[in-house]
Amino acid sequence: MSLVVDIEKRLGTFTLQVAFQSGEGTLGLLGPSGSGKSMTLRCIAGIERPDCGRIILDGVTLFDSRRRIDLPPQKRRVGYLFQNYALFPHMTVAQNILCGLCREPDRRKRKARLQEAVSMMRLEGLEQLRPPQLSGGQAQRVALARILVNQPNLLMLDEPFSALDSQLRDQLQLQTKALLARFGKPALLVTHSRDEAYHLCSQIAVTDQGRILTLKDTKALFADPGSIQAARLTGCKNIAPARKTGTYEVEVPAWGIRLSTARPVEDEVCAVGIRAHYFNAKSAQNLYPVHFTGQMEEPFEHILQFRYQGQSPAAPDLWWRIPKDRRPQTLPDALGVAPANVLLLSGQAPAQPELHPD
Amino acid sequence: MDWYPLWNSLRIAGISCVLVFFLGILAAYYAARLPRWIKGLLDVVLTLPMVLPPTVCGYFLLLLFGSRRPLGLFLSQFGIRFVMTWYGGILAAAVVAFPLMYRTARGAFESFDQTLAYSGQTLGLSNTYIFWRIRMPACRQGILAGTVLAFARALGEYGATSMLIGYTPGKTATISTTVYQLWRTNDEAGAFVWVMVNLAISAAVLLVVNLMERRSGTGVRQ
Repeated sequence: MSLVVDIEKRLGTFTLQVAFQSGEGTLGLLGPSGSGKSMTLRCIAGIERPDCGRIILDGVTLFDSRRRIDLPPQKRRVGYLFQNYALFPHMTVAQNILCGLCREPDRRKRKARLQEAVSMMRLEGLEQLRPPQLSGGQAQRVALARILVNQPNLLMLDEPFSALDSQLRDQLQLQTKALLARFGKPALLVTHSRDEAYHLCSQIAVTDQGRILTLKDTKALFADPGSIQAARLTGCKNIAPARKTGTYEVEVPAWGIRLSTARPVEDEVCAVGIRAHYFNAKSAQNLYPVHFTGQMEEPFEHILQFRYQGQSPAAPDLWWRIPKDRRPQTLPDALGVAPANVLLLSGQAPAQPELHPD
Repeated sequence: MDWYPLWNSLRIAGISCVLVFFLGILAAYYAARLPRWIKGLLDVVLTLPMVLPPTVCGYFLLLLFGSRRPLGLFLSQFGIRFVMTWYGGILAAAVVAFPLMYRTARGAFESFDQTLAYSGQTLGLSNTYIFWRIRMPACRQGILAGTVLAFARALGEYGATSMLIGYTPGKTATISTTVYQLWRTNDEAGAFVWVMVNLAISAAVLLVVNLMERRSGTGVRQ
């Protein structure tokens, strides 16, 4: 039960160059749009052909440019859930699912497995409807049923929740998580949402501009993203260039402060990140005077914008996120950060202090 | 009254419509996947019969298939002669009607959601199945429209037909050539009958199309 991908494909000025291995469990491909996530899935499915490299699933070579192997999509046994679900609009739900059973020659078995899938995905009563008559959640369940009856060796989900409204999204994420756990074979999830990736994936590969920057266990990635792009994609709001000034200390000129760190600072560190949740008025460490410049209110949290006293005028405001019930009556004069929460980042140095993403 | 022109017109239009249906779809399907510059070139060549006067098309057909031209001579060895025969009318009608089928089918294929074909492939459906059972039904409206246009055009073909097969009563006469012939020979009443026949056929075709569209409109919304 493993997937090995090592491919390269050139598309105009864009070059896709990804290499990773994945076992059981769900690997998330997290990256901004246009970073090559979907293209990677299409290469694995056999819809697009890489210029060179190889793809091996469960010991079966799906693609190998050296050995001139390029299995057609029909023979790859890869389940691909498209962003728009790609249900056949002129067929009923039952006919759609039967398309996934096209490899089963026995008519009675086909019927039995159709019934099985219908009850497993809770599609009773919808069998005779056509896709335009289904809700977004139902359409996704039909598409998943159609894929699962096909018994694929790999499941690939391409932005599976992007077509749904937010309330339905949370509900379906829980169902999808259970489904992925039952599937028991490798799965890939393409997303640009860090929340989706965090919920559903055991490992995450951060992609940017056609490359994989980091591949780590989900929790490890959020605790130590390692690169500026990964920090940004995992939702780190405050990022600024930094330089090493001691074994456990970096200087952040844009903010006019020095931060002590929990880990020894490596030489290639060129920036620091501090997640908006991790500022603390009561912390004694990395405590520096600040003044507040604005605030945004969310349903359950406040986002307070502030600047350090010696902050360079070009650097944007920093963000502090705090639950409403924990917000102090009077805003503090200084904020600190635990050394363990100072993210040490390498990668392309930002020319200017980072603007807030999103 | 001699009903031969009706029968001849219907078989010429019918057969050429079937031919054009398959050829047009084939050309549209492959043209949609060609590199852009070849597609542009092919487009011009395949669409020319639509913008040229039918008599010019007839002229070119005579150049190709005339009894003293190489291709005409070659075919006559097998007993095939397109000049002054009823089945020459099929050739003339097909050439003129082809661009209508080709262009509407190509438009339909180009707006087809390619992920439907991809998902069919990953599910293990054969490419033939995907073409006939997924792509064609999804493009049904455009293809149906093209077929109807092609049939109507083939039925009303006059210019290329009269150039290639002329007018021989009981042999190559079609409705449109008959109308002209009768009018020319001052048989106004005869011409009127054939005009009414033509009107009736056209109205019937449009009615059938409307019914088909309404029926397919209930199940599937595009």
